[in-house]
Amino acid sequence: MASNKKYWKSEAELNPNDSIVETLRQNEFVEEIPVDQFLGDKETLDSSQTNRRDFLKYVGFSTAAAAMAACEGPVVKSIPYVVQPETIVPGVSNYYATTIANGFDFASILVKTREGRPIKIENNTDAKVGGNANARVQASVLSLYDSTRLQGPVANGEPVDWDALDATVKAQLATAKNSGKQIAVLTPTYASPSTERLISEFKETYVNVNHVVYDAISEDAALTAFENRYGQRAMADYDFEKAETIVSFGADFLGDWQGGGYDSGYSKGRIPKNGKMSRHVQFEANMSLTGANADKRVPLTPMQQKVALAKLYATLNGTSIGGELPDYAQRAVDNAAADIRKNTSAAVVVTGLDDVDAQSVVLAINEMLGSKAFDTVAPRYTRQGNVDAVNQLIADMKAGKVGVLLMDGVNPMYSLPNTADFKEGLDKVALSVSFTANWNETTEVTTYAAASNHYLESWGDAQFKKGYYSLAQPVIRELFDTRQFQGALLKWMDRGQTYYDYIKETWNTNILNGGSWNQALQDGVFVSAGEAMVLEGETADPAISTAVVGDKEVGSESEEVAETAAVPIASAVRNLSNATSGGGMELTLYSKVGMGDGQQAGNPWLQEFPDPITRVSWDNYVTVSKADAEKLGLENFNVANGGLNGSYAKLTVNGVSIDKVPVIVQPGQANGSVGLSFGYGKKVGMKSEMQTGVNAYALYQDFNASQTVTLEKSFGEHEFACVQLHNTLMGRGDIIKETTLEVFNTRNHAEWNPVPQVSLNHQEVPATTVDLWDSFDRSIGHHFNLSIDLNACTGCGACVIACHAENNVPVVGKEEVRKSRDMHWLRIDRYYSSQDTFEEDDTKKEELDGLWGEKGSLGGFGEMESPSANPQVAFQPVMCQHCNHAPCETVCPVAATSHSRQGQNHMAYNRCVGTRYCANNCPYKVRRFNWFLYNNNDEFDYYMNNDLGKMVINPDVNVRSRGVMEKCSMCIQKTQKTILDAKRDGRSIKDGEFQTACSAACGSGAMVFGDVNDEDSKVAELKKSDRMYHLLEHIGTKPNVFYHVKVRNTNEA
Amino acid sequence: MKEGKYRDQLAKVLGFSLLLILFFSQSVIAQEDAAVEQSDITEVTEGSGAGDAVKGKTLFNQNCAACHALDRKMTGPALANVESRLADDEGLDKAWLYAWIKNSPGMIKSGDAYANKIYNEYNQAAMTAFPTLSDADIDDILAYTAAPVAAPAAAATVVTDAGSDAKSSGISNELILGALALVFALLVFMLFSVNKTLKRVMASNGIDVEKEFGNRTPIWKAFAKNQFLVLVTSILLLLTAGYFAYGWMMQVGVDQGYQPIQPIHYSHKIHAGDNKIECKYCHSSARVSKTSGIPSLNVCMNCHKSIYEYKGNPEGPSREDLANGYTNEFYTGEIKKLYKAVGWDEENQKYTGESQPIEWIRIHNLPDFAYFNHSQHVSVAGLECQTCHGPVEEMEIMYQYSSLTMGWCVNCHRETNVKVEGNEYYEKIHAELSKKYGVENLTAAQMGGLECGKCHY
Repeated sequence: MASNKKYWKSEAELNPNDSIVETLRQNEFVEEIPVDQFLGDKETLDSSQTNRRDFLKYVGFSTAAAAMAACEGPVVKSIPYVVQPETIVPGVSNYYATTIANGFDFASILVKTREGRPIKIENNTDAKVGGNANARVQASVLSLYDSTRLQGPVANGEPVDWDALDATVKAQLATAKNSGKQIAVLTPTYASPSTERLISEFKETYVNVNHVVYDAISEDAALTAFENRYGQRAMADYDFEKAETIVSFGADFLGDWQGGGYDSGYSKGRIPKNGKMSRHVQFEANMSLTGANADKRVPLTPMQQKVALAKLYATLNGTSIGGELPDYAQRAVDNAAADIRKNTSAAVVVTGLDDVDAQSVVLAINEMLGSKAFDTVAPRYTRQGNVDAVNQLIADMKAGKVGVLLMDGVNPMYSLPNTADFKEGLDKVALSVSFTANWNETTEVTTYAAASNHYLESWGDAQFKKGYYSLAQPVIRELFDTRQFQGALLKWMDRGQTYYDYIKETWNTNILNGGSWNQALQDGVFVSAGEAMVLEGETADPAISTAVVGDKEVGSESEEVAETAAVPIASAVRNLSNATSGGGMELTLYSKVGMGDGQQAGNPWLQEFPDPITRVSWDNYVTVSKADAEKLGLENFNVANGGLNGSYAKLTVNGVSIDKVPVIVQPGQANGSVGLSFGYGKKVGMKSEMQTGVNAYALYQDFNASQTVTLEKSFGEHEFACVQLHNTLMGRGDIIKETTLEVFNTRNHAEWNPVPQVSLNHQEVPATTVDLWDSFDRSIGHHFNLSIDLNACTGCGACVIACHAENNVPVVGKEEVRKSRDMHWLRIDRYYSSQDTFEEDDTKKEELDGLWGEKGSLGGFGEMESPSANPQVAFQPVMCQHCNHAPCETVCPVAATSHSRQGQNHMAYNRCVGTRYCANNCPYKVRRFNWFLYNNNDEFDYYMNNDLGKMVINPDVNVRSRGVMEKCSMCIQKTQKTILDAKRDGRSIKDGEFQTACSAACGSGAMVFGDVNDEDSKVAELKKSDRMYHLLEHIGTKPNVFYHVKVRNTNEA
Repeated sequence: MKEGKYRDQLAKVLGFSLLLILFFSQSVIAQEDAAVEQSDITEVTEGSGAGDAVKGKTLFNQNCAACHALDRKMTGPALANVESRLADDEGLDKAWLYAWIKNSPGMIKSGDAYANKIYNEYNQAAMTAFPTLSDADIDDILAYTAAPVAAPAAAATVVTDAGSDAKSSGISNELILGALALVFALLVFMLFSVNKTLKRVMASNGIDVEKEFGNRTPIWKAFAKNQFLVLVTSILLLLTAGYFAYGWMMQVGVDQGYQPIQPIHYSHKIHAGDNKIECKYCHSSARVSKTSGIPSLNVCMNCHKSIYEYKGNPEGPSREDLANGYTNEFYTGEIKKLYKAVGWDEENQKYTGESQPIEWIRIHNLPDFAYFNHSQHVSVAGLECQTCHGPVEEMEIMYQYSSLTMGWCVNCHRETNVKVEGNEYYEKIHAELSKKYGVENLTAAQMGGLECGKCHY
């Protein structure tokens, strides 16, 4: 008999009169199914003639048609040159030396071109200064193929001819000349001898020319301090390789501090040699790349940094000074001073504070120490912006004194804190022309948007450092109807000269000193032997600010490192020590490794590049210390799908506020300070996908990176695209092995670099000797290994972008990254220690005992998941480890991944069926799955879906399709190329010829690639080092990538 | 892959025999024609009679033809009857010609009026001095320019030989096929007659065929009732169908024999075959690059600046060529297409600058996931191009000779030894590896040429 039980879903159902119950019974779906949304709106649906039968017919027909079409091969056209250029052989790459000098990034580089298309940026190893391309420079080749580039000059939104533009500009220039109105030229730092000369000649032609140099992120304080002391507007140069003690007060010199490019020298000094390595103490507010690499990092707010700097000066000077510092900071200052005293000439002090006093004091200290790492004789010219001049210009514009405003490569309407003033001034300027590659905030308000060349389409030159020159040559003809600013100036001056001729003339008369132009062009760099052509920087008076370069040689000035002791250091120190914050939090604005000043915000490689510290891509955010976050109720948390979410905050500086700034709780952030990066929040002229983050320039008042800010929590949750969700090592010290210099020097390597032991026949034996598999003879032929030195790796990420470019790694977008579907073949893991140091983590884990209690593992592991307030940081680049006994290979059902004799783990994409067993079985998690077709797919509107963007694709590497697993190939296309070249020449291969994209991009020498079967190779030598270890050695995968134990110079408590 | 080959063998055999019959009947006619032509040519040769002119022709072709033609302007002026023309128009004698040919730059420098005139007229392109030519040589050349010699007839017999060759092989095949057909017909005839005889015997014995066998189950019904047979047959059918389906699917994307019509009818047979131009003269990047490269038009113009028409066989195009429309005029027309594409103004011997790249249709298409490098095979391994591309020198229209499948690549790598002689790169690795494998010469496969990642990345 059937049961009479009545089942009910909710209590309401028991009440027969409940209207909701009745409704639910009638309607299966509570909400109406949004048919319109996926089928189009109802009206069109009803009006269409297609009925269900027709639909089935169409489906049937198209399926059949598709099946038939698949049988017929497409007709492929092949179109040869009419006249083939002698230098181009299809299928063979050419390399050209050129220079990037975009006002923010300066580097001598090599450009790899294929069939005339630039496809990759490489380091120019001939360059003694600025020869290393950072992540942004590596990515800049993609900006050349940006589909949003301006394709010709534009006036009021309508395309115009260059002739029309020329005519108007010339007429207005003449008017301004006659009426005595100012002709303002607003440019970024060129550091270009030829351009400076050109502008000075332009000045001669049109008289009232005012050249204003404007750096979006200013180094004005450093420039002014240097100028006050040495009489030249430039920046002191530092060689950190020569420094044994480095003390930095908020200087992110591994990032973009004073033009950047210091990481290579720094890294050389970090590798322990003869028991010695440099010691690096960092006082800073934000956790920067530099702080993360420091031996001792002291979190201090900018105000405290000033006090600390004053105290250091006083201590070194033997005087005393007031000012409040926390105890730990005071101790750190004393220790730093003691370190410096030990070897004065091998010590160097730097600061990144935007404060003339601080900069002056640092110069004074270095001079006092007689630091070997400190160079004022040949200073750097890569930042020349003058804040006063910019402010004066805006004032002049508002006063209606400016007739013509010419801009090149700047976007003041985006990057000025006071855009409203600029706009107001601009309205009073008769003619404004902005040379820019993209439509942007400034071109919206100028008379003309002059489409300018990408630097790879331009001629140019630069003097990075006194006497160190670099030449830029175009590696491709202008893709569009564009023109470079210098060419336009020459035209407006009615000089029948191209800029190329002009540069050649400048170089032959002023620089080469009899040297060969062709040689210089081929090398891309030239070091002046004797007297250098000095750029006479901006003078202090902004009204007549000049940058005359001259044909004249200003050699005598170089001896002017005179005793200009008139600079009142004492009062500067006093100012510093009296620094007090204006109440509230202190904000430090900084530039991210991946974005810089935001010039390349439209570059998808850079957007997807995870920040080395926070590992967040596609965003900027305000970094807050844990203590402050708790106070303000700000939090970060992981949601069910694994994504990282965070609160929003509202930042207010002097009445200017930005709302909805996502919050990242940053371990190591000094309490009472917050950080926010420049470069994001660009909207105009950008694809919607690239419009990420908030614009921090609005808070950059008086061009000072330190601001007093108030922070409030605001409503909502932000979804981050963060690629690393686990931030600590949990005491697993065998992943990143590290030790201290003292232990390293005094103990046997078995103690600080132990090989894991396993039990075999009840005996403890090294894990490396036990093998489940038959061993394979790899002694014949090449056997490639990659060495990664954790001491030299700064985490800069140039390798990540280089790998992206070399291997056609797709960009997947923010949503996909959030789902952990990022495709980077090479990632740089960043770990924080949970205790104050990683060593303490290890101890804590070892000492866990039982489940509960003080040392219970249940609570203990939970605690270890959260990083310390001021943690130690370690970076570890991880790519496919190319295991000799690869777990992935054994589980592939179709043998799509297999091993080669040369040590590379091969991946045959065409064979892969996408089971993803290999990724699951990979202990290093380096395999990446193509969840979608990323090329030719408008859902992924980055660069692989348009003809222009596709020009950057490396023709030697396959573009993978959907459903295929991919991973690092150890750049097999490059090793094969090297082998083939040798075979063709009939010679053996020298060490150093084998390179991967990452090892070639690594300017710090952390990555060394080569053939370990070649006894004399560097990598074979490195493999024998005591510091060598393999990742997860105990699982016996026998990787062909090995690491070097990180040694920290922390001998003090 | 292989299955695909055998599948349509029957159709091929049939088609081939049909072709053979056609060819056989044609070659007989061709033979007659050739004989006629041969006699014509001998007559012409005898008619001109001057030994000087024959020698002059050789000299002309060696020294002058790069810049001069008889009847048209090229880099230099047309030379037909140059001697009489100069004598009549300019009043210059042979001595002037000797001096000019032996040292034209000298003449220009010396200020000779006509020398300077002609120098300026031809874009100041100085004529190469030929001090090695004797007066007698020049006389020979002049004789040739005065009365051109027709081509010698030696080549004519070749055609007839080829015809008879084809005939003899054709006959043997024909005989076998004919005999087979005869035997088959005989068998069929015998079967019929036996059947007829048997029926007659039955009729004479008074057995009614209809009655005796009428209510028997037809064989197909019996077959349908036997489930075992049906099962076995359907399995067999399925297997066969599967076999053929597999064969068919394996040839999807294999374009062996692909022979598209190209925008310009470029004959490899004429260039690589008749004129024996080295492959890598045009496909030069095969030496250093992964692609062999389709030559750019400036490479064509290296020769075609002076070769402006197709003269072909001295005895004119063969019947076969004519049937295809490959007349001399046709080929000359194709050369004009080249001129148009490259923007060459024949009249003024100048480039107009208006060029139009040629859109060739690519024949050998490897998929993107396979990496192939020509220089590895051509320069390092020293392979002949023909190894993979077949007898290109005989191809009037280029086609894909090899299947370009992975099996084809792998087979060759298994069979081919690595060319290590004189290559320092291989010294160490070859010594060690050959010791390891215990072989004298390593194959490409043993060298690692079968590893997936060598071609797929």
